[in-house]
Parts: sequence; C-alpha cells; structure tokens
Amino acid sequence: MNAKMMSAMLLTTTGLIATPALAEWKPAKPIEFVVMAGKGGGADKAVRYMQGIIAEEKLGPTVTPVNKAGGSGAVALNYMKGKKGDNHTIMFTLNSFYTTPLRQPKLGVNIETFTPIMRMAEDTFCLWVNKKRNDGKEIKTVDEFVAAAKAAGSKWIMAGTGKNSEDNLLTDFLNTAYGLKMKYVPYKGGGKVAKQLAGNNADSTVNNPSEQEGFYKAGATRPLACFTDKRLALFPDAPTFKEIGKDFVYYMQRTVVGAPGMSADAAKYYNTLFSKVFNSKKWQSYRTKKALQGDPLAGGKLMAYWKKERSVHEAMLKKMGAIK
Amino acid sequence: MTEIFGLLMDGFGVALQPLNLALIVFGCAAGLFIGAMPGLGSVNGVAILLPLTYLVPPTGAIIFLAALYYGAMYGGAISSIMLGIPGASTAVATTFDGRPLAKKGLADKALTAAAVASFVGGTISVILFTLAAPPLAHVALVFGDPEEFALMMLAFATFVGLGGDDIAKTIFSICIGLVLAAVGFDTVSGEPRLVFFDITNFMDGIKFLVLAIGIYGIGEMLWTIEENRRAGGVSQLSEATVTWKRTVANIRGLLATWKTMLMGSVLGYFVGILPAAGATPGSLMAYGFAKQMSKEPDSFGKGNVEGVVAPEAANNAASTGSMLPMLTLGIPGSPTTAILLGGMVLWGLEPGPRLFTEQPEFVWGLIASLYAANVVALILNVAFIPLFIWVLKLPFTLLAPVIFVLCLVGGYAPNQSMYDVWLMLLFGVVGYLMRKLDYPLAPAVLAVVLGPLAERALRQSLLISGGEVSIFFTRAYSGPIMVVAIILLLLPLGLMLRRRLRGVQADSQ
Repeated sequence: MNAKMMSAMLLTTTGLIATPALAEWKPAKPIEFVVMAGKGGGADKAVRYMQGIIAEEKLGPTVTPVNKAGGSGAVALNYMKGKKGDNHTIMFTLNSFYTTPLRQPKLGVNIETFTPIMRMAEDTFCLWVNKKRNDGKEIKTVDEFVAAAKAAGSKWIMAGTGKNSEDNLLTDFLNTAYGLKMKYVPYKGGGKVAKQLAGNNADSTVNNPSEQEGFYKAGATRPLACFTDKRLALFPDAPTFKEIGKDFVYYMQRTVVGAPGMSADAAKYYNTLFSKVFNSKKWQSYRTKKALQGDPLAGGKLMAYWKKERSVHEAMLKKMGAIK
Repeated sequence: MTEIFGLLMDGFGVALQPLNLALIVFGCAAGLFIGAMPGLGSVNGVAILLPLTYLVPPTGAIIFLAALYYGAMYGGAISSIMLGIPGASTAVATTFDGRPLAKKGLADKALTAAAVASFVGGTISVILFTLAAPPLAHVALVFGDPEEFALMMLAFATFVGLGGDDIAKTIFSICIGLVLAAVGFDTVSGEPRLVFFDITNFMDGIKFLVLAIGIYGIGEMLWTIEENRRAGGVSQLSEATVTWKRTVANIRGLLATWKTMLMGSVLGYFVGILPAAGATPGSLMAYGFAKQMSKEPDSFGKGNVEGVVAPEAANNAASTGSMLPMLTLGIPGSPTTAILLGGMVLWGLEPGPRLFTEQPEFVWGLIASLYAANVVALILNVAFIPLFIWVLKLPFTLLAPVIFVLCLVGGYAPNQSMYDVWLMLLFGVVGYLMRKLDYPLAPAVLAVVLGPLAERALRQSLLISGGEVSIFFTRAYSGPIMVVAIILLLLPLGLMLRRRLRGVQADSQ
C-alpha cells in the first residue's frame, strides 16, 4: 500500500471530502502541496497550518505537504516543472521563486508558465542578535551592532538560509550600507538558522519573526530593527531601517502557485479554496501572530507582481555579482 | 526531583485516561504495521494520519502520533529481519545481523532481541528525558557545526577501524557511498552536482532508502536464489520455530547484551537530540560502536545478536531524543518530529522554550504516554512473533516474488517515482556483485546517510573559521570527540604495525 492509497482510504473513512459550492472542477485525489524548503522552517509551518485549516473547516480534500528542499528551491521548481498540466499539484513559494531561475538558467524554469493562485501574505525580516553573547557584549541598537561587527571584521558570522537566498541579499545590503565585512554562512532552513543564533554559533541573523518567535519570547534573542515600512506590532521597540536612515524595505512573498499548464477550471477552484483559507479566522490570527503583511493577490495581478519582483531581484543579484 | 516525580504522576493521570490509552494501543498497532511495510516509515505514518488527529484534543493527538512513531520503530525491524528488506531507513542497520540470524533458523531470537532492545532503548531514553530535559536542550543548542562534524568523524571511524574486515575494501566502500551522497544540489553553493546524463531526477539526489532496499532487498533475494539453486530445489528461508520455552531462553540470553543495550540507548538518545541527525544515523552509529566494543567483531554481519540489539535500542532512543529539541526549542530533531511540530502549531500549542511551563499537562502527558507506549509496543510485538515466523516457513519459491514486489512498492512509495524504482533495481544488482566480490556493504550505506551531514558540517565550520582546521579541536565539545575519532581511526593501523613487528621478531628468532 502506498501513501496515496492510505490517504485515499482515510478520505473515505473520515468523510473529509467537502464539495465546493460552485466550482465545476474538483480534485479527484488528494492535493500535493509542495514546500520549497525543508521541514520546520517558516514556509513549512505555514503549509502545515493551511493543511490543518482546510481539513478542520472541511474546505477541501486532503492536502499532503511534500518537502522539496535543497538548491535554494531549485529541487522544488524542477519538480513542479515536471508536473506540467497536473491539476493536483500546487506549491507554496518564496522569493527564491524569482532568484533561483535567474541564477540557474540551466533549470529551464520560466515562472511565467506557472499558474498564479493566491498570495497569502508577505513575510517580514528583522535583524536579530543574541541577548547573552559569548563575549559578554550587550547589543541593543543597530549602532552598537555596527560597531561590534566592524570591530570583528570577517569574524562576524551571519547565518542564513542558503547561498544567494533572501537572507544573503539582506546580509549583502547590510555589509554595503554600513561598510561591514560580515561572513555569510548558509544553512538548510530558517529553523536551523534561528538555532545557530540562540546557541551563539552565529553572531546575527535576518530571520522572519516566526522563526525567532520562540527564542524571542524565552528572552534569548532580540530584534534590532526590521526591513519593513512600519514598525511591527510584535516588536514595538525595534525601529524600521527607514527610521534610522537606510531606506531598505524587503518582504518575502508567501504565495500559492499551481503547476505550469494547470487547467483554468482547476485554477479557479484553488483560487476559491485559498480565498476561504485566507478569510478564515485561523489564518487571520496566524497573520497577526507571525507579523505577516500583504493583501491577497490573485490571477493577473499576481502575475504582474511576480514580473515586477523578478526585475527588482534581477537588479539586486546583478549588484551582488551573483549573475551577469 | 520530587517536583519532577509529581509532574510525571500528573502525566500518567492524563496518559492512562481511557481515550488516551486506546489511542496509545491503536497508534502502536498502526505504527507497527506501517513500520513493517518496506518504504513506509514513521515519517509517512505520521504525515498520513496527522489529519485524523483533529478529531481529538491536542494531548490525545500527540499521544497517538508519538505511539505511532514508537510502533514504527519497532515494526521497521520486522521486515528487516524476516525478509532482508529494510522496513524503514531507521531499520537498515538491523538487517546487517538480523537477516543472517533468520537464515540460521534463529528468526525468533532476532525478533525478540529487536523487541526487547527497542523497549529498553525507549524506556532508558524516556527516563533521561524525564530527568534532564532542560539542561540537555541547552547542549543541543550550543552544539554547532564543528561538533556535528566531529560526531560524524566518530561514526566513520567506528566503521573503518574494525578489526577483521579488509580495511582497503572498507575504505573503498565508504568512498562509493560518499560519491553517491554527493549527487544532487549542493546546499552550501546551490549548484547541481553529478547530474549524470543530464537526467534531471539526479538533481534531487539519491535517496538513502532506495539504495538500502536495492542493496539489501533485491541483492539479498538474488543471493538467496543462487544459494537455493546450488542447494538444488525447493527450500524455505528458515527452519525457525517459536515456542514459549525458546522465547524465555531468548530473553534470558539477552541479559548478557545489557552493555550493548545501554550503549545503544544512550548513544541513540544523544544523536536524536541533535537537530539534523535523527534515528537513522543514530542506529548506524550504534551498530558501529557495538562492533568496535565487541570481543568478537568478526562475528558481526554474520548473525551476532548484539548487531540487532544496538541499532534497535538506538533507533527507539533517538526517536524519544528527537522530541526534546522539538518541544524545548521548536526545532525538529528528525523528519518525523518536523511533522509533529506542524501538528502542534495547528493544535494551538507553541513549541519552544516556554512550553514546559505553560503547558505542563501536555508535556507531561506526552512523556508519561511514552512510557506506556513502550510497554504496549513490546507486548504487541512479542505477541505477533509466531505469525512472522509462519511467514518465514513459506517455501522460497513463493516468498521470492513477494519480496520482489515489496521491494518495488518500497522503492516507489516514498516519492511515487519510477526513477527511484529503476535506481533501486540497479543498486540491487550492484549490491549483489559487491557481495560476490566480498566488499562490505554497510560502510557504503553509512556513507550515504552521514556523507551529506558531514560534508555540510565540514564546509560550514571551515567557512566560519576562515579555513582554519583548528576550529575542530579548540571548542569544548568538538575537541574531545575529534580526538577520540582520530584515535579510533589510527587504532587498526597501530595494531597492524604491531602485528607486523611481532611477525618480524618471530621470523628472526
């Protein structure tokens, strides 16, 4: 018996199938929800959370999360490319959706062929340090951070989620903006990055709030400033970089995307499904708790947003020297 | 101490409520079955049954899934021993000696050993968990890349530094494993590596379970077919029988392996605690250590019961261990706990440093249920041994196609990909040839599991230190581990030199 058969059995035994009200097309089997990152990171947690909302509120059929980590999303993109025309495979994607195809033209992935479904949120980034550093230095402000990092030179370790990832872009920005030489060390997934900081194996990170939340609440780590337009309600004491004179705002999309060449009816079905998820009480409270921003975007608007973001990222990667 | 005891008793009050007890029994039984199916392990089981848990309160849900996790650890050993097909990646090390035991007609001994060792490993680790969760969580937290690499070196050292095996062949086998492990995307640079013939599937890398089922399942089947033909006709896999008398004698015989059980349990538990490792590396390392510690290392791989005891104690201990970072840090210690973690978020719990103080009922209910799940899984497992033995008595002509089909299913199930199935068949043939040429297979398997972990830890460490190798020796935890690893690596060389010297002296006299 394989996993699919087992889930099919479960479907019949637990009666989780709910018929969508108007959509003509409906899934004939469990939906595969690909996560572009490893288990335990921000994206993975969000997918499993949505899976739960769909199951609990009986919005749709069984959703099976499938982790395709590695290669900054290249494994997942390659997998989706192979699912061309598949109506039962969707993916939860991040900004590596733009950067990875740009950096690896060999993959032959064109994001314009993917089916836009819905942008569920935009995640935020903050600069984090440990409250009890091994050297005993107390860092409370960006100025103190800059002084300490400058003194340490290339011995200052910035942990992040993979080479040329979002975290790498932000590290590069900080290095340029403040004249630092921080060394960027890539890890697999934001959960592991957060742990490096909490265990003092790294000096700073640019984690999403959700990734540092546990350690923050336990009093282990501290956000110094955030890459947002406005201060986050969760961390009222942390200024935005705008406030302290560096105009840099950066968000990460948390978007549901369908396999390339998905039928229009199926796309419509998923659109309705994820609107319901978006509007559910649980997702709304999740957004508040995890400091998620961004309105829902779908269809052509989402595609336009992708194209715009892709050119922004292309410029950033060129500046970094990651692409020509 | 009394405080912990009081909390634990409250926990038992939760775990032994009728609904929760029923969930433990059902979870263990489902886990046993899922674990015994080749290809399906605790990860699949927990993922598939996660949606079911919305029907019960969070404490019941985690108790059910934890019992399933445990049951799968017990169940994985069953097909490893009976059919030579690893039931799950965590049970691959169990095939090394479990299968030869079964072929000698001692399947009941191997199955009993697996069940009892799992029980001991599970129980010791829960006791460690009960007594010292917060300080150990701290160790897990400060354990960085250099420490992880030192630990991986230690694991490799135990496999190279084995007396008896041909060292050159062992190193060759490890190298093959390392090359296979390098296939796919490189996490540090993000570049694809060793994508043969531009087959894009190679970008995903070679899955460990596919390799293990190929080498052990298919390879073993080919091997047995050849033996059977030589024996000239219809035979059965094993002359095994099971009686009460034999079972009692088996359990008594296991008392002599207490050292190995203890070693496997403690080692498994610590490896389980470290994020990124989990039960598969833990069980392989325990096997290597058991062989290293043994007075007769030559008997390993040929049906030494300690070779079953060590990995089975370790994989259960690791599964408990991996819950520690999940609960206290909110970081999964294994793929299965990563899914459990997702479940907890959904049930409205916040895993992390404050869970122990904010949700004592949940945490202690879970810990108490782990004690109970161990007892239930042991009883279920021992009760089913006669059934398993009956399967073994089927004629091989009937069993061979069943094994073949199970291998195919096992190769296909985890990723639903035919590419994996072809690869598995290829590894089956290669594994068979390697056995004919007398190359040890276990080191290759170990290298495929630990290779990627070791490589990443090495490169990240060197990035941090700016290329200075001293980083491995100057840190509090990694230094001692590294030194032990190097001694273990050099030990066989020293022994060989001494033997040579003595030989020279003997000749000259």
